Amino acid sequence: MTPQEIAVVILAVGGVFFAAVAAIGLVRLPDLYTRAHATSKSETLGAVLALAAVALVVDTGLSTVKAALLLLFMFLTNPTAAHAITRAAAEQGIEPWTTDADSETETEPETGTDTGSDSATGTPAGEVTES
Amino acid sequence: MTLVGDVLVAAAAAFVVASLVGVYRIVRGPTMPDRVIAVNVIGSNTVIIIALLAAAIGEPGALDIALVYALLNFVLSIAISKFSVERGGVL
Repeated sequence: MTPQEIAVVILAVGGVFFAAVAAIGLVRLPDLYTRAHATSKSETLGAVLALAAVALVVDTGLSTVKAALLLLFMFLTNPTAAHAITRAAAEQGIEPWTTDADSETETEPETGTDTGSDSATGTPAGEVTES
Repeated sequence: MTLVGDVLVAAAAAFVVASLVGVYRIVRGPTMPDRVIAVNVIGSNTVIIIALLAAAIGEPGALDIALVYALLNFVLSIAISKFSVERGGVL
């Protein structure tokens, strides 16, 4: 085996390992946010390793450039997409999963008063613009 | 087929299995963002499968398909998250 073949095998096995970690995290973790946490990082690393193996295998110069660009694009956009989806879920009001019921009752009144004060300051502004 | 080709095809098969595991979360997911994240993971797996098979069968032209698929996958995620916040849900 040439060193290039050894590097390709190691990179492909590493990519498959991290993709398997992402799949297990997607199924087994209890919450949307923990699932996004598992899949965004593990899936990105698995994609980078597998696409590095592809970039080593293809021999033409232009194809190597395409594989490297694909690697860079996946490395940038995969966490960005996961962050956007999770932020949209947080703005929709999906609560994070917690083990302790007391921590929920401690944090919920604070957020409730914050949104109450925001809505209280929001309604006079609307009345001013209407008048 | 050479050893490297066999390894790449086996890796593509393993990525297919990981995508099928993600289908469970799409069917079962309690909320809509769960399903969107699972769809995003399956789209990323599809890009990697296309790239691995393109390298395995020796057709580097298929890397263009993988590049376009990665672009569409990113646009889909951003569009769904933006619609669901600013217009109160598209799904």
